[in-house]
Amino acid sequence: MIARYALRLGALGYLALLLLVPVGLVFYRTFEHGFHPAWAAVTNPQAQHALWMTLIIAGIAVPLNTLFGVVLAIALVRHRFPGRGLVNAIVDLPLALSPVVVGLALYLLYGTGGWLNTLSQHGIKILFSLTGMTLATIFISLPFVVREVVPVLREVGTDQEQAAETLGAAAFTTFRRITLPAIRWAVGYGVVLTTARAIGEFGAVSVVSGRIEGKTETLPLYVQSQFEGFNTTGAFAASVLLALIALITVLGMRLFRPTEEA
Amino acid sequence: MGITVVEVTKQFGDFVALDDVSVAIPEGSLTALLGPSGSGKSTLLRVIAGLEDPDSGQVLLGDDDVTDQPARSRGVGMVFQHYAAFKHMTVWDNVAFGLTIRKRPRAEIKQRVHELLELVQLEGLAKRYPAQLSGGQRQRMALARALAVEPQVLLLDEPFGALDARVRKELRAWLRRLHEEVHVTTIIVTHDQEEAMEVAGQIALINQGRVEQVGTPRELYESPANEFVMSFVGPVNRIGETFVRPRDIDLSLEPDSDAEEAMVERVVHLGFEVRAELVRHDGQHLLAQLTQEEVEALELERGLIVYVKPSRQTVFTP
Amino acid sequence: MVSGRAGGALARGIAVCYLSLIVLVPLAALIWSSRANGMHTFWAEVTKPEASAALKLTLGAALLVATFNAITGTAIAWVLVRDSFPGKAAVNAVIDLPFALPTIVAGLVLLELYGPNGPFGVNVAFQRTGLVLALLFVTLPFVVRAVQPVLLELDRDMEEAAESLGAGRMATFRRIVFPNLLPAILSGVALAFARAVGEFGAVVLISGNVPFKTEVSSVYIAGQIESDNPAGAAAVSVVLLLISLGVLLLIGAFRHWRTRHDR
Repeated sequence: MIARYALRLGALGYLALLLLVPVGLVFYRTFEHGFHPAWAAVTNPQAQHALWMTLIIAGIAVPLNTLFGVVLAIALVRHRFPGRGLVNAIVDLPLALSPVVVGLALYLLYGTGGWLNTLSQHGIKILFSLTGMTLATIFISLPFVVREVVPVLREVGTDQEQAAETLGAAAFTTFRRITLPAIRWAVGYGVVLTTARAIGEFGAVSVVSGRIEGKTETLPLYVQSQFEGFNTTGAFAASVLLALIALITVLGMRLFRPTEEA
Repeated sequence: MGITVVEVTKQFGDFVALDDVSVAIPEGSLTALLGPSGSGKSTLLRVIAGLEDPDSGQVLLGDDDVTDQPARSRGVGMVFQHYAAFKHMTVWDNVAFGLTIRKRPRAEIKQRVHELLELVQLEGLAKRYPAQLSGGQRQRMALARALAVEPQVLLLDEPFGALDARVRKELRAWLRRLHEEVHVTTIIVTHDQEEAMEVAGQIALINQGRVEQVGTPRELYESPANEFVMSFVGPVNRIGETFVRPRDIDLSLEPDSDAEEAMVERVVHLGFEVRAELVRHDGQHLLAQLTQEEVEALELERGLIVYVKPSRQTVFTP
Repeated sequence: MVSGRAGGALARGIAVCYLSLIVLVPLAALIWSSRANGMHTFWAEVTKPEASAALKLTLGAALLVATFNAITGTAIAWVLVRDSFPGKAAVNAVIDLPFALPTIVAGLVLLELYGPNGPFGVNVAFQRTGLVLALLFVTLPFVVRAVQPVLLELDRDMEEAAESLGAGRMATFRRIVFPNLLPAILSGVALAFARAVGEFGAVVLISGNVPFKTEVSSVYIAGQIESDNPAGAAAVSVVLLLISLGVLLLIGAFRHWRTRHDR
């Protein structure tokens, strides 16, 4: 049927032009001048430091958001408490909010004149340091585990948990042996999304870190500073690294949630 | 309009759903396509409807060969097991759908929908949504919807399968009465032989993609074509190559040269009728069906020795 | 079970504290700062020519992109659910790429492709077209992923019933499929809109950030921070915050609407 082929061609063509060609280009531009300049661009001290910062921040943000994400999800689905609707809305907020606004909020909170500015006067530096960048990243990547676990918890229902209780299981045992296994795929998917978001975060971290090269740069910020310094090979090499992580993320997403296709 | 299916074959991959099936459905009749799950009866219905294309063979509506025509131009009304209600539309809009897309005038639609809602006894519920109706009500709505466009043929795919036993019985009787009033050629697919026997004037028994027998309920019961038909249509005792209905097993307390000795294992009272489970001295298990009076006359109870003889038996010659 | 209940309540309490510290407190500080110099300053900052131009552009571009996605997203979801062709699984996976790719990388790549050095001879850098292109990239998955599960779950019986009643493919789509997809499409559109309004990394390179022409609010805010005008940045930020809250409310309403016919 003509209509079906036209629709298929149109949809795939749109996708190819918008997604595939750009990503293919990243790889092309990186190795355009050969392998060595690209390798040098990601192994120099500044790039190494940026990669390290990215990994540390993700290494803190992801486990924290996973742990609290599961707790929040259980609280939202299984318990009625005052302010439940509000908590729900707050959890969703980072998805709809501009990252620059997030960065600014932290900037105003911890900067001069801010409520928590006293911290810096006591030697605890939040802004222009790893701490602030981590706080920003936690904010941005907060919702994913919660949002993935909530519908699964709701669907699974309390039957199994109640059965366990009648059989004598204490609350934590029930959680460990019944609830956790039921939600593990959702948690896995949520972790993948959280990690991708934490690694790729740009806007909020940009505002909060001050972008001090060699000190408060993450890999995405490094990409920008290289580009602005006309070192396009460097920018692309770092981009390839991030793109590879993104591709692994996409594979991870398909692994934990293959059910979206017919 | 009568329906004729000529040598239809349909395969899904390696699975043969219909194997050279031919059947004639008389005009104005209520025919049941009866068979176990996976027998191909639903597939046959869908081929008649035009929702599936046969690999070979023909479908004729009246004298017209409609094999190549899609469902929408065949003028068939279809009712699905799970209602297929348009859940985003009211009952009124559901029933009016066929007329709406044919762009009939407003007044005509209004009159027809009113008529039909009255026919299926859903008058007060026109503004409700399907989610607010019971299963039985949804199915009556589905019937009204199918009848709205005055189809030549009405096809029902296990229409009562998703309903409670009591509602099912009510709707069976209701369907019979509806058919007497409306007289559209109707085909009902079911796996329930009791339903088929009760509702249909003619039954086509289908097994593994083949038609085993076509006939009235009585013909199928009294003159089954083969072992499958006989055991599908009612309970049956198999003794070697002989088949005996439970009703046709005579019990006596007196020995007889033609009778076999058997012991009563269990007596089950099913209201008016009683079922006795017997075991012959050679180990063969039998099922006998008696009336309450016969049981009392024999003083039938567990452990009693009786003498059994079939009053009627059937043997199938290959 | 008492200790279990108490333990649960403690965990809940800590989690809510976490939430407050990470999200609520900073946002409260933001709102406070925006009003620190009084409402008239707030209003003056928001209505400054450059600020309001940025806001108009942001909203206009986001609306355009969201609407475009409504159509393309639904079409792509349809092809992924109803059609079959070799490599479909790969295409399905690729949809997630804009979710997974850091926005700055997306921006860089789009600039290289459709900017002055681009191989296609197309140059939309420093123009609104470039801006729209970047936004289309980052908002691609939202409508697709919102529509896919609904399309998958859709009762095919309804479409067959419509066909048996005489409806053609177009009529069936228009009267049966589309009304059931609409809430999901709108949810996806709302999410895409919110994302487009706030986007920074993908936009900051290709649009060139020319004030009054291609400067969106997120870039304006970053600029105000760098020019040491936190009040101006805060004021516009609060406007964006309110838009985000509004969109979330809308999505909640759509979710409610979507399930009203289910049983």
